[in-house]
Amino acid sequence: MSQYRVSGRGRVDTSRPVSFTFDGKTFTGAQGDTVASALLANGVHLMGRSFKYHRPRGPVAAGSEEPNALIGTRRGAGRFEPNTRATVQEIWDGLQTNSQNKYPSLKFDVGAVNDAAYMLFSAGFYYKTFMWPRSFWDKVYEPFIRGAAGLGVSPTEEDPDHYASRNMHCDVLIVGAGPSGLAAARAAAVEGLKVVLVDESPEAGGTLLSEPQVKIDGKPAWDWLAAEVEALKALGVKIMTRTTAIAYYHQNMVGLCEKLTDHLATLPADTPRERLWRVRAGQVVLAQGALEKPLVFHGNDRPGVMLAGSAQTYLNRYGVLVGTRPVVVTSHDSAWYAAFDLADAGAKVQAIVDIREGVHEALLTEARARGIPVKLSHTATATSGRLRVSKIRVNPVRGGQVGSGTEIDCDAVLMSGGWTPSLHLFSHTKGSLAWNDDLTTFLPEKTPEDCVIAGASRGLWGVEAALRDGAEKGREVVAALGKSGASVAYAVADDRTGTGVSMKELPTDRSPGKAKAFVDYQNDVTAKDLRLAVREGMRSIEHVKRYTTNGMATDQGKMSNINGLNIASDALGKKQPQVGLTTFRPPYTPTTFGAFAGYHRGSHFEVTRKTRIDEWAAQHGAAFEPVGQWRRAWYFPKAGESMDDAVRRECAATRESLGIFDASTLGKIEVVGPDAVEFMNRMYTNPWTKLGVGRCRYGLLCGDDGFIRDDGVIGRMGQDRFHVTTTTGGAARVLNMMEDYLQTEWPDLNVWLTSTTEQWATVALNGPNAAKLLAPLVEGVELTEEAFPHMSCVECTVAGMPARLFRVSFTGEIGFEVNVPAPMGRQLWETLWDAGQQYGITPYGTETMHVLRAEKGYIIVGQDTDGTVTPFDAGMGWAVGKAKPDFVGKRGLARPDLVAKGRKQLVGLLSEDGSKLEEGAQIVFDPKQPIPMKMVGHVTSSYDVGTTGRPIALALVEGGHDRLGEIVHIPMPDRTIAAKITGTVFFDPENARLKI
Amino acid sequence: MLLIHCPYCNETLPEVEFAYAGEAHIARPVNPSEVSDADWEAFLFLRDNVKGPHYERWRHLHGCGRFFNAVRDTVSDKFLTTYEAGAPRPDLASLTERLK
Ligand SMILES: [Zn+2]
Repeated sequence: MSQYRVSGRGRVDTSRPVSFTFDGKTFTGAQGDTVASALLANGVHLMGRSFKYHRPRGPVAAGSEEPNALIGTRRGAGRFEPNTRATVQEIWDGLQTNSQNKYPSLKFDVGAVNDAAYMLFSAGFYYKTFMWPRSFWDKVYEPFIRGAAGLGVSPTEEDPDHYASRNMHCDVLIVGAGPSGLAAARAAAVEGLKVVLVDESPEAGGTLLSEPQVKIDGKPAWDWLAAEVEALKALGVKIMTRTTAIAYYHQNMVGLCEKLTDHLATLPADTPRERLWRVRAGQVVLAQGALEKPLVFHGNDRPGVMLAGSAQTYLNRYGVLVGTRPVVVTSHDSAWYAAFDLADAGAKVQAIVDIREGVHEALLTEARARGIPVKLSHTATATSGRLRVSKIRVNPVRGGQVGSGTEIDCDAVLMSGGWTPSLHLFSHTKGSLAWNDDLTTFLPEKTPEDCVIAGASRGLWGVEAALRDGAEKGREVVAALGKSGASVAYAVADDRTGTGVSMKELPTDRSPGKAKAFVDYQNDVTAKDLRLAVREGMRSIEHVKRYTTNGMATDQGKMSNINGLNIASDALGKKQPQVGLTTFRPPYTPTTFGAFAGYHRGSHFEVTRKTRIDEWAAQHGAAFEPVGQWRRAWYFPKAGESMDDAVRRECAATRESLGIFDASTLGKIEVVGPDAVEFMNRMYTNPWTKLGVGRCRYGLLCGDDGFIRDDGVIGRMGQDRFHVTTTTGGAARVLNMMEDYLQTEWPDLNVWLTSTTEQWATVALNGPNAAKLLAPLVEGVELTEEAFPHMSCVECTVAGMPARLFRVSFTGEIGFEVNVPAPMGRQLWETLWDAGQQYGITPYGTETMHVLRAEKGYIIVGQDTDGTVTPFDAGMGWAVGKAKPDFVGKRGLARPDLVAKGRKQLVGLLSEDGSKLEEGAQIVFDPKQPIPMKMVGHVTSSYDVGTTGRPIALALVEGGHDRLGEIVHIPMPDRTIAAKITGTVFFDPENARLKI
Repeated sequence: MLLIHCPYCNETLPEVEFAYAGEAHIARPVNPSEVSDADWEAFLFLRDNVKGPHYERWRHLHGCGRFFNAVRDTVSDKFLTTYEAGAPRPDLASLTERLK
């Protein structure tokens, strides 16, 4: 064992050595070690380089608040994670870890020149340095920022792990399994309540794990803890370890992230790496404890300088001495106990340096008993040592004057600036905080949630106080849940309570401008930066934060916020509460994307809706495109065909003989009831009263603002029944809109609305041979021009299947849409496919559908309209039932702006040179006008693969309907294209081809 | 995540089952054609931006499908009450009194 591993101390199992690598070198730790404790046991403090100045850094803490010791961890391909805190990652045999932010090596890092260029990187340097000249941006500044920004490296391989998510309900959720959390759990559990107790550590106990000398109810702390955990489990308490409460959401929903495998050498089969819990709790107890503050002095970031309480944790919990010759620098009693513990474990404590003039006599007695030199009224002004602290300079302070310094040799500096209650989750609840002058910190005040806060997180120090408060708060939540609990008392001995003072920077004899006294280690923010920010005009703490980036790193200022506030307040000459505290936001600690994504990854990221014919399309080589949540066949390329080739062939085949198209994704709504026709009259722009049963009509839906929302063919299946179709993407929106009007504006109408999109499979047949194919298969209606004219619909039988047959056309050819019950869709398709071989039946996809409809000037809502287009703008005034007293949009269409001249109107465009226009391209009247030109519209649809022999386009153009025949111009990057405004119908304007 | 009481189902259920549907108690005029341009503009576009109790509509989209009304405090996000569409606007004073 190394000289830093103390036998008989700690909870690690030194009889079970664990080997792992750090930067390629193999180290041995003990079962139960973290990467940080194992490296410290090997005498290694240097674990990383800082973000901005690339200064050498070691761990400053022992828990999840650690800002410095960020490492990459690897477990084979795809299992790499950057920025893992070495203080949290447990070691296992074979774990590979590496340091970050260094090149070529941790001990010699080229980026450390930034440290010498310190003046360049002061507060606001991003804003100041990268100002001018403009030409520097692309080639100098941006590459520099991109190269320098970020900690660690993102993994590039796909994450092979899986992540689970679950819901949980409980009476009481307790966050933090330290003394107050344990006591609260007992108080609630003995009353039979369902209690969940979570802690981010691998084991319950909190501060008890670092304070084994405490005796509770006559038992040593660890014996009491073990028994208490068992007792709580026996009472039914669910104790979840390695589980971080990451966020507190509305109405007592708390997000938990449970880490299940990161500590295991062998990954168990079928176990997720992490599990995200959504817990809805009747009452929540926040018992998150307190975090120790660093002291702010020159060189307080050198490896070997760490929090005194963390050194105590390394010793008592992990059996590791962080140094054999430490110096303690403090403004709080708690660090004295760290000195005593380390001395008792064999360290030669060089000195206890306390900024205060006097401390409790008992502390001095204990120090004397251990032969530790004490320096009261002293400050620390510098440390030295290249990659590890080797000296600290301390100076007496008399009447505010800093005297001359003395250097003390050491191999570690243990500092304490007092403690900050952990108020993160409390802040998530929008809880209010109140400044406490005595403790120089914010304490929790009121929260709108059903939540209490207990123990050190509300400023109570010591195990006894925490246990008492936990029990008390536990009884409070029991009472809030309608039960009455008995009071529980704990007898505590050898507790260590204490007091201290809270500081801004420590007094120094150095020039303040040269001091590198760090406040935020992770973002390399110094006290000087904060004061500079105030000098440069920042007044609010929110501005100081953003200007300096203090508290904006991944640790969210857990250690830096109060020190930063103390310094900014001092610089502003204001009290801390007047300057304010920045807001803590979720998550409490960095959380993986995997945990948030849970099951929603890959093909499960979003629902993919498929029709009954989708599989056939896939088997026949279809290329697909997403439309809404649907996967739709886009085109059906034959071997060697490009998309254009395939679409040209599909268009031609449909116009010449017969095309078959899967239209199942069309939205379908069944509108039924005695008032169905009245409802349709009010909803759609068209009149419906005179539409006979067995006839259908193109319907246009507007909003009450007069703009087009949706369209579709609507068939009257009976006096009281309409088969409404909507656009593929608009189905849910249209149904919601119909329900809204029906339920809230016209509750007097007796109508039922039912979504039937997924109940029908819809196959469209288009082409001169469509009727010939279908006629022999249809029973119940004759497919002649007389018996079943264009825009007819009927319930009949097709190929033996019950069907709703529509004679409609979205291509300009003879067209039918056959609706059959969805499960029969594939059978219908294949029957038509087989029967259609004699006509060279050709499957086509959405692209051909788009081309053929554009040739006929049929609009696509959302492509040729954009939410500002009226039926009149679109040239479809004929679809507006002007005689109706009211419909949704009627009054809107009469708004002054909607009847004004110069609105953008839908027209056709033919380029003069025969080139294809680009969809979205802007249109101008005069191409010679100075830039910026006045844009008068844009191209909405454009195709050059159709059957008209030349490219065609649709466009919205200002006053377009009055400009037929005029030339407009479309400026492109390389040239300007002239185009002639035409009508929107490019093919068969007489509709001759619709006749059988 | 909010818990919302559906007055039709008479159950308190997670927010994900519901969809927000804008300010409540804005009735569509019975005879829109008789409404002035200014009044129609107000009906279409003008909405209160309340800090505090706000009358608003929700739909139990993934449940019974009904639209209903609610009073929600836009500062605390707390629902003061929910009630059926068509029911009169509840008195704010009594609601906030009850909450105290
Ligand atoms: Zn409901």
